[in-house]
Amino acid sequence: MSKTKKILALALSAVMTLSLLAGCGGGDKPSGSNPSGGNAGNGGGSSETGRVYWLNFKPELDETAQDLAKAYTDKTGVPVQVITAASGTYQQTLTAEMDKSAPPTLFVIGNSAGVADWGEYAMDLTGTAIANELNTDAYNLYDDAGRLVSIGYCYECYGIIVNPDLVTKAGHSMDEITNFDGLKKVVEDIHANAATLGFDAFTSCDMDDSSSWRFTGHMANLEYYYEQEGTTWTECPATISGKYMDNFKNLYDLCINNSLTAPTDLATGGHDAGQEFKDGKAAFTVQGSWEYANYVSSVPNATMIPYYCGVAGEEKAGLNCGTENCWAVNTNVSEADQKATIDFMVWLVSDPDAAGKMVEQLGVLPYKNAPESANGFLADAAEYTANGCYVMNWATNYQPNVDEYRRGLVAALNQYNADQSAANWEQFRTAFVDGWATQYAAVNG
Amino acid sequence: MKKKISNSNSIRRATRRWGLFFLGPVTAAFFIGFIWPFLQGIWLSLCRFKTISNAKFIGLDNYAKAFSDVGFRHAFWYTALFAVVSLVLINVLAFAVAYALTQGIRGSNLYRTVFFMPNLIGGIVLGYIWSMIFDGILSWYNTSILLESKYGFWGLIILMCWQQIGYMMIIYIAGLQNVPGEMLEAARIDGASRWTTLFKVTIPNVMPSITICMFLSLTNGFKLFDQNLALTGGQPFIIQPGGTTIKTTEMLALNIFNTFNASGGSSQGTAQAKAVIFFVLVAGLGLAQLGYTRKREVQQ
Repeated sequence: MSKTKKILALALSAVMTLSLLAGCGGGDKPSGSNPSGGNAGNGGGSSETGRVYWLNFKPELDETAQDLAKAYTDKTGVPVQVITAASGTYQQTLTAEMDKSAPPTLFVIGNSAGVADWGEYAMDLTGTAIANELNTDAYNLYDDAGRLVSIGYCYECYGIIVNPDLVTKAGHSMDEITNFDGLKKVVEDIHANAATLGFDAFTSCDMDDSSSWRFTGHMANLEYYYEQEGTTWTECPATISGKYMDNFKNLYDLCINNSLTAPTDLATGGHDAGQEFKDGKAAFTVQGSWEYANYVSSVPNATMIPYYCGVAGEEKAGLNCGTENCWAVNTNVSEADQKATIDFMVWLVSDPDAAGKMVEQLGVLPYKNAPESANGFLADAAEYTANGCYVMNWATNYQPNVDEYRRGLVAALNQYNADQSAANWEQFRTAFVDGWATQYAAVNG
Repeated sequence: MKKKISNSNSIRRATRRWGLFFLGPVTAAFFIGFIWPFLQGIWLSLCRFKTISNAKFIGLDNYAKAFSDVGFRHAFWYTALFAVVSLVLINVLAFAVAYALTQGIRGSNLYRTVFFMPNLIGGIVLGYIWSMIFDGILSWYNTSILLESKYGFWGLIILMCWQQIGYMMIIYIAGLQNVPGEMLEAARIDGASRWTTLFKVTIPNVMPSITICMFLSLTNGFKLFDQNLALTGGQPFIIQPGGTTIKTTEMLALNIFNTFNASGGSSQGTAQAKAVIFFVLVAGLGLAQLGYTRKREVQQ
């Protein structure tokens, strides 16, 4: 009897120990959905066919990416894993995943700060099959040594999205809006008559994390863009002058003072600007081309206009076009994995079915064999360019130590929104201009 | 009788033989989960790194950077102030509630459950919910919790009291129930007033509970992270001439987190150095406080 007990006890403790060890062993695999069933090789690493692990940056692409990964695996047998980092946590996820024994083979380096941080983890894509598929060099990122570390896989545009039907309903025409004065007249008139019209001019301009980037990241671009004075920054400048801050103020003030939500109520957010626009509660919203598919069902005539802000000659302004969606291939994985990854990338942008789905979700793919996009906002961008308007490049991508810099801007804007005094604006200017130099020094010091 | 002796002998033999085997998993888990990461953390605080497999030794630079960071120094004093204020308030209130609920009032069990429940909600959720509550009130006065440091401070204190009082209350109730009835009775017979009984008999007898509660609330106060992140995220900032910012409501853990996630090659190492300083500080303070209150415990 006691012998049986002993054996039983021994067996149980062995099972416990083994399950503990098994638990440890499983810790290396990245969490998340894995439609293709993980790695094909027995050793958990790369087999001869290689493996693809795409650490995706855009949550809205996740569903499409998972479907495409499964389709690719079914077709070729190459295991493809797609993990999407939650919104705003890409850098953290990438840092953690890069240290694992099976790190991402395909990841995103979206701007110059990304190149500085992750450039040495990226292989030189010059002359690779995917680089040869590109139809433009405009969205590529190079490191200091001239290596092609990442290439754009889609491009986007942002500006002010308008519901022309509401503008017409308010007794105005889109033709009136060709510069800041025109925009101001229409916006202020709509806001003044909001009660009778049943809609307001701008959607809420919340300053919480889900919305503040529309101003501190995107609208701020107008200041950086004009500050380039016709040139294009190729690296992050150590200082900026803030010469066009007043123009930023023009447009920013117009947004917050003529919107559904009073400026004093913006700090903690809680409003859904996208829904307000879709529900026809406001005629204008500050957003980008990625929202087209989301908006078009509710606002079929939605169109995008430039950031008019009172700069001389802005009648010739176009939309803000660029991208932060650039692919990099991990240089520290096996050659088979790199090849498998590049083959997968080529398939994504050239296979009629796959590329079609990518275009549907992302807009324009800058690749030779990718189908045309039906995105209305990107069509607007193309039309501005065709009419001889200048494209405002994404100079905002150079914001140094971007999260920290933007946190400073948000804090200063909160003070300004609560009390629009000259002193508070001066604080914002300090955060905007001097904060740039401080963060530049923090990163490069 | 003989059987009992041989039984206990065989148990002792078995313990000697199998003790190490059963201790193994716990020791391994402790080593893997605590000792090894801790040693690696110390090593990384002396390195420049992006991913931990790619660390380069640079000496004490990270520590120099950490100490010269104005934001880190501000976070330290702010955290210390917060920890002291929350320690006092949480313990006084938790003790008062526990005392009231051990006086045999009707529905004590229901109240205990109700007071304990906030402790079951996660910090991030609490932070966001309370930020809405505070802003709902403050918006009447055209302001927000993100606009004034003092609102952020007291907001966080209220949140932490609300969350922690129930937990500490449970520990105090256990202590209060262990105060010997005959001592209380003797005090009553000797004509001691309620206050005298409380201070001369009850409190000395619940000192072990006070020790553990003070230790927990002090270290909780210092280590606070998610509530801080969700409630104010460090706002409002003081934007100094020259563009540097001081995040007036940022505590140590959040400061370390933000430093780690900043871009630039040296920020991770600096954050790691700050984390080591943070550990030494919390461990030192915790042990000192533990030693101090232990001396005041009475042996029954």
